[in-house]
Amino acid sequence: MALKIPVRLFDQLRQHGEATYPHECCGVLVGEFDESGGKLVRSVVPCGNTRTDSLANRYHISPSELVRIQRDAILAGQDIVGFYHSHPDHPARWSATDLAEAHWTGCSYVITSVENGRALLSNSFLLLDQEEAKHFEDEPLKVIEN
Amino acid sequence: MSIKVLIPTPLRPYAGKQSVIEVNAQTVGEALSGLVTKHPDLRKHLFAEDGKLRSFVNVYLNDEDIRYLSKDSTPVKETDTITIVPSVAGGR
Repeated sequence: MALKIPVRLFDQLRQHGEATYPHECCGVLVGEFDESGGKLVRSVVPCGNTRTDSLANRYHISPSELVRIQRDAILAGQDIVGFYHSHPDHPARWSATDLAEAHWTGCSYVITSVENGRALLSNSFLLLDQEEAKHFEDEPLKVIEN
Repeated sequence: MSIKVLIPTPLRPYAGKQSVIEVNAQTVGEALSGLVTKHPDLRKHLFAEDGKLRSFVNVYLNDEDIRYLSKDSTPVKETDTITIVPSVAGGR
């Protein structure tokens, strides 16, 4: 299983993290699940960070944006397959807050470290199990040709 | 009256793998009850033990959060769509 993303979309989500630096960026990955549980990203939807109190180390996507994105995805025969956000001046690893606030089991959570305004590493983590036993697993992130 | 409920990807394993489910209802509360009657495994993923929606579960009627309408009592029309979305947040 892996998260496959075309290089132009990969660049797009990393550039979003650079544009919002030193604040966290966030957005939604829309695409398709394949039969083996892998995912292909077809579009990246940048979202606003509604956490105005702590923009440098927290993010929150407005549910109303999620409603619109999910509705449009289903109408197009696609799905929300994951989310992305940045960690300004912090490693591209999930945090306790990331896990506590993650509720989309089976989806990918891509985190990009942005240091001094430049995107460095991007890693993907797959959220598994039900709410009470949820955990992240490292997920291969495959950047593919457009 | 039949209305559509859109199911987010993490809840589909408990909803017959469907992204859209039609239920008969006059209110949002009836729609959610109808949904968990059809798919009982959904109940614990939507509701806490006290019967209230879990804190991270958002329910929208079209583009409005039902918490800012009349919650469960919000009336629905046949052209309406109910959307369930778990929250998305985090940070380093």
